[in-house]
Amino acid sequence: MASYVTLGYGDIALAAILLCVNAALSAVMQLGLGKRIVISAVRMVVQLTTVGLVLKALFVVQSPWLTVLVIAVMIGFAGYEAYARQDQHFTGLWSWGLGVLSMAVAALLVTALALGTAIRPDPWYHPQYAIPLLGMVLGNTLTGVSLGLERLLASTTQKRSAIEARLLTGAPMQTALKGCVREAMRAGMIPTINAMAATGVVALPGMMTGQILAGVEPVDAVKYQLLIMFLIAGGTGIGLTAAVLGGARLLSDDRHRLRLDRLTLRRGG
Amino acid sequence: MLALNGLNGPGFGPIDARVASGSCLAVMGASGSGKTRLLRAIADLDPAAGNCLLNDTPRASLPATEWRRRVAYVPAEPGWWAATAIEHFLDAAMCRELADRLGVEEAALGRPIEELSTGERQRLALVRALQFEPEALLLDEPTGPLDARTTELVEGEIRDQMRRGACVILVTHERAQTERLGADVCTIVAGRFDSPVNEAG
Repeated sequence: MASYVTLGYGDIALAAILLCVNAALSAVMQLGLGKRIVISAVRMVVQLTTVGLVLKALFVVQSPWLTVLVIAVMIGFAGYEAYARQDQHFTGLWSWGLGVLSMAVAALLVTALALGTAIRPDPWYHPQYAIPLLGMVLGNTLTGVSLGLERLLASTTQKRSAIEARLLTGAPMQTALKGCVREAMRAGMIPTINAMAATGVVALPGMMTGQILAGVEPVDAVKYQLLIMFLIAGGTGIGLTAAVLGGARLLSDDRHRLRLDRLTLRRGG
Repeated sequence: MLALNGLNGPGFGPIDARVASGSCLAVMGASGSGKTRLLRAIADLDPAAGNCLLNDTPRASLPATEWRRRVAYVPAEPGWWAATAIEHFLDAAMCRELADRLGVEEAALGRPIEELSTGERQRLALVRALQFEPEALLLDEPTGPLDARTTELVEGEIRDQMRRGACVILVTHERAQTERLGADVCTIVAGRFDSPVNEAG
C-alpha cells in the first residue's frame, strides 16, 4: 500500500534549528520577537503532538461520543479564536455566542454533507474522516466569520450618522444597513475566492502536499483537495451569512433603532 | 399636537411637555444638558421610557418607520448615505423647489456632499425632512452654521411649516430666534426642564 518515509525525532530537531535563524534575526535587527518565537514554537510542538496522540487514541477507540466531544472542543476553540480576533464585541453572551453558533452550524452542515455523500466512511463517525474534515472547514470558516463580523461592526460604527439619517427618512433597518451588510459579506468571502484562484499555481495546498508525501496518487490527492475547497467555500458562505445577518439583527431592534450601545470596544489588546 | 409624558432615558428626563399644532417650543440650555438626547429619544432613535403622542396617537401604536416620517428630526450634524444630495430625495422637483426657497442653488444638489458647505448641508437636511410634510419637526440648531440672510430664509420656512399646522421643537442658543418665531421657551438643566411647560394644557 502507501509507502512513505517515516520521520525520526532527530530529523525534526534538525529542521527546528532553522528557527535559530529567525531568533538571530530578531536579536540582530532588534525586532523584539525572540520571546514570541520561542513561545509560538513551543505551543506548536505541544499542540500538534497532543493532537497526534488524541487522534491515535480516537482511531483505536472509535467511539461516537468521544468523536462528538472532540468536535465540541474544536468548535469551542474556534469560537474563542473568533472572539479574540475582534476589537469590538457584542455585550453579554452574544460576544462569543454569535461566532460559535454560526461557525458550528456551517462547519457541521458541510462536514455532514461530505460524510454522507462523497466519502461515506464506515462507520460514518469514523474519526479518521470526520475530524480532519471538520478541522479544515472550521479553520477557514473562522477566517470568513471573523473578517465579516469585524467589517460589519467597524462599518456600522463608522457610518452611524449615515445609517441614522436613512432611518430618519422612515427607511427600515434592513435598508439602512444594506451597504454595511454587503461590505461585510464581501470582506468575508474574498479570501476564499482568492484562495480558489491561486491554488495550484501560486501555492500547493498543504493537505494535498501531505497526501502526496504520504504516497497517495497525485490525481487522487487533487480530488480530495477539490472536495475540501468546495466544502470550505460552502462552509464559509453559510457561516458568514449567519454571522453577518445575525450581527445586523443584534445591531437593531423592533423599533428599527441602531443599537451601538450593544457593542463594547476592547482597548489595547 | 405632540405630547411628551414622562419621557426619560440615560442622561435626561423625565420630561413632560405639550406642543400644540402650529406652535413652537424652544429648548435652550448648556452643551451636554441633554437637548440632543431628548430630540433623539422623541424620534425613537434611542430607547427611552415614558410616552410620546402625536395627535393623541401613542408612539408605540405606530411603526417606527412611520413615526419618523411624521415626527421628523433634523440633527445638528446630519448624515448622508449617498454621494450627492439629490439622491436622498424621493421627489426631486419638490425638493429642488424647497431648496430654492431656502437659498440653496440648484447646482449644489448634484455636487458631492463633501464639497458642500456646512450651511448648505444643514438646509438640504431640512429639505430631506420636509419632503414628507411631517406633522412635527424636531430641529437641532437648524441655523447654527448659517449667516443672517439664510437664517432668515430658514426661519421663514419654519414659520410656514407652523402655519401649515406643524408643531416644532427647536433646540437653539439664540434667544432672539425664539422671539422671532414666537416660541415658548424652556431651559433644560441636567436633562430636566427647570420649569414645567404648559402643564395645564
